This record gives sequence, C-alpha cells and structure tokens, in this order.
Amino acid sequence: MAEVTKDWRNDIYAVFKELNITMVSHVPDAGHTPLINLCEKDNEIEVVTLTTEQDGVGLSCGAYAGGKRSALLMQSSGVGNCINALALPNICRIPFLTLVSMRGEWGEFVPWQVPMGLGTPKVLEAMDIKVFRADYKDEVGSTVDAAARFAFNTNRSAAVLLSQKMIGAKQFKNG
Amino acid sequence: MIERRPFVQKILKNRKDNLRVVSGIGTSTWDLMSAGDNVGNFGFIGAMGQSIPFALGLAKAKPNYRILLFTGDGDTLMSLGSISTIANHPVSNLTMIVLDNESYVETGSQPTATAGKTDLELIAKGSGINNSYTVKSEEGYEKIMKTVYEEEGPSFIVVKCKPKATPLVFPHSFDGSVSINRFMSSMNS
Repeated sequence: MAEVTKDWRNDIYAVFKELNITMVSHVPDAGHTPLINLCEKDNEIEVVTLTTEQDGVGLSCGAYAGGKRSALLMQSSGVGNCINALALPNICRIPFLTLVSMRGEWGEFVPWQVPMGLGTPKVLEAMDIKVFRADYKDEVGSTVDAAARFAFNTNRSAAVLLSQKMIGAKQFKNG
Repeated sequence: MIERRPFVQKILKNRKDNLRVVSGIGTSTWDLMSAGDNVGNFGFIGAMGQSIPFALGLAKAKPNYRILLFTGDGDTLMSLGSISTIANHPVSNLTMIVLDNESYVETGSQPTATAGKTDLELIAKGSGINNSYTVKSEEGYEKIMKTVYEEEGPSFIVVKCKPKATPLVFPHSFDGSVSINRFMSSMNS
C-alpha cells in the first residue's frame, strides 16, 4: 500500500522506489520541485531535464525498450506539446506514465494558464490516455501507485492530474 | 553528395552483434529496412520528432550496446532541443546520423531549412555535442564506422545526400507493438 506522509511528493517518490522507476524527465514546475529534488539526490534515479515535454515521451519509450521504467513530470501547459508524440506509446503499447501539475483551474492568477488547464483532461483522453486525478494530499500516493500499475501492468499510457486545489495557486505580486 | 540508400547499406554490412539501430520517420526507415531484416532494428513510421529522444532513452538504458540512429533533416529539425538534452545528459554509446537531403522528399521535395541557411552540424556543436561533423562524400565511410563502434559519444554526423526519392521498403510489421517487442527481444536484460 502507498504510504501517506507529510509531503505528498514523498509519497510519489516512494511509489517510484517501490515500482523501480529509475528515470524521471521533466520540464520543471514549482509543484514538482520537491519531487525533482528528491529524485536528484537518489543515485538510482536518473533525472533528465528536457527542453520540451514531448521529448519526454520519446525518451520514456526508448528507456522502456531498453528495460528501464520512467516517468515524465510536467505542468498542464506541457500536455499540449505532447499530443502527436503520444502516438508512440499508444501504437507500440509501451507503458507510459506522466504526472501533471495542474494550472488554470483553481484560484489561478494568470489567465494564459486557463486554456491548456481546461484542455488538459480532454486532450489526454482524446489520445487514449487513462486519466487519474488527485484532489487531496492523502490520496496522491495511492493514485500515483494505481496509475503506475495501470501503465506498467497493462502496457498503456496513464496520467495523474495533480490538482491546483491541492498544490495551491500562486498569487503574483507586481513589483 | 551521397546516394543515401547504398551508403546506409554499406554502414550496416557485417554489423556487429552489439549494434542496435533506430530510424526516424520516413525515408530513413525505408533505408534501414533495405539493408535487410534484422531483429536489432526499430523503425519509426510516425511520431515525427521522437526518434532522437527515443534513441537517448535507449542508449541510457542499454549502456552495453552501441546505439545508432539514422534519421532525416526533417525529423531532426522538429526536435532540435533534444540535441541540447543529449549534450547535457550525455551517453557515450550513441551515434546519430542525419541523412540530410535538404528536403521533405516524401511529400513532394519541398526544401527544408538545411537547403537554406541552416547547418545541423553547427547546431549540434552549439548545443554542446563536440563530436559533430559533416560527410559529403563516401570517403567519410571509415571515419563514420570508427565513430559508430569505437568513439566516445554522443556523436552527431550529418551525411549530405542527394534529394532523390527511393522505393519504399517496409519493415517486418507496421504494428508498433510487434516491432517494439521484437526489437526488445534482441537485447539481453
């Protein structure tokens, strides 16, 4: 069973360790930063910083072809960059796991985040990705665990949307 | 200018057991398949722009194999950022060969950026891949073979090719799951 600790990023990290996920790629998002930091401190997990989220799809699939499990971390705005790339795990039945920190849905300050925030679940579902969602901190570990098992056991793509309600909406100050 | 298909076949003739080959969407996959069916090949037939990051993931996961990617200028130009990613997360066992015919031959030979002012060797160097060079004649063959099998990567080779359409040579299967599972079965875990 997935643990529940003080910080839900620890719970995700525990799932990575239990399920032998040894590569984590990302275009950084503040919501993921504590998890990225945990992974970077772990010599058994390779962290790859991408220039665009779509490269994480190909990277993840190539790693799987070589016997290595991975996860792609991104913000909801990155999901749109991945659409055509998602054909690769789909047609090859490669397990693909992504964790998406949501913007544009709960107390968002920046209007530019709203279009992709609204589009994220629809776009993922349009590409046949199984979409999981965590709205509360104590369900993150079990949700990521379920999504990862879904992906790796059934050779499908799975995404976990980490809600902005849980992460917290940043309020910007001018000046 | 090089005739790409016989050149690819020449590179793959008597290939060593530790070589695994990936090809990008389009003519590169037909070129690879023209060299003969081999379980150690995986050819993209879609997902343009993904062959370079795929090759990086594979090279990282399989350090005991030499990984060779053949792809085109079109596929490469779609994922230039991935070259920076490779430079900054380097793998010593990866060689990328861009078969640069300066055009989208399969769609009607529209010119790519490399027909104009863009130089992929310089982009790779600027991205941080020091072992990047261009080959314009078959005399570069020996140098390429040394890079593929011996040199510390990542390496990035631009092979300037004639923009000539060639017959399609299909892979063992168009079903991606069949292709990837067959390819995976060729490697020790």
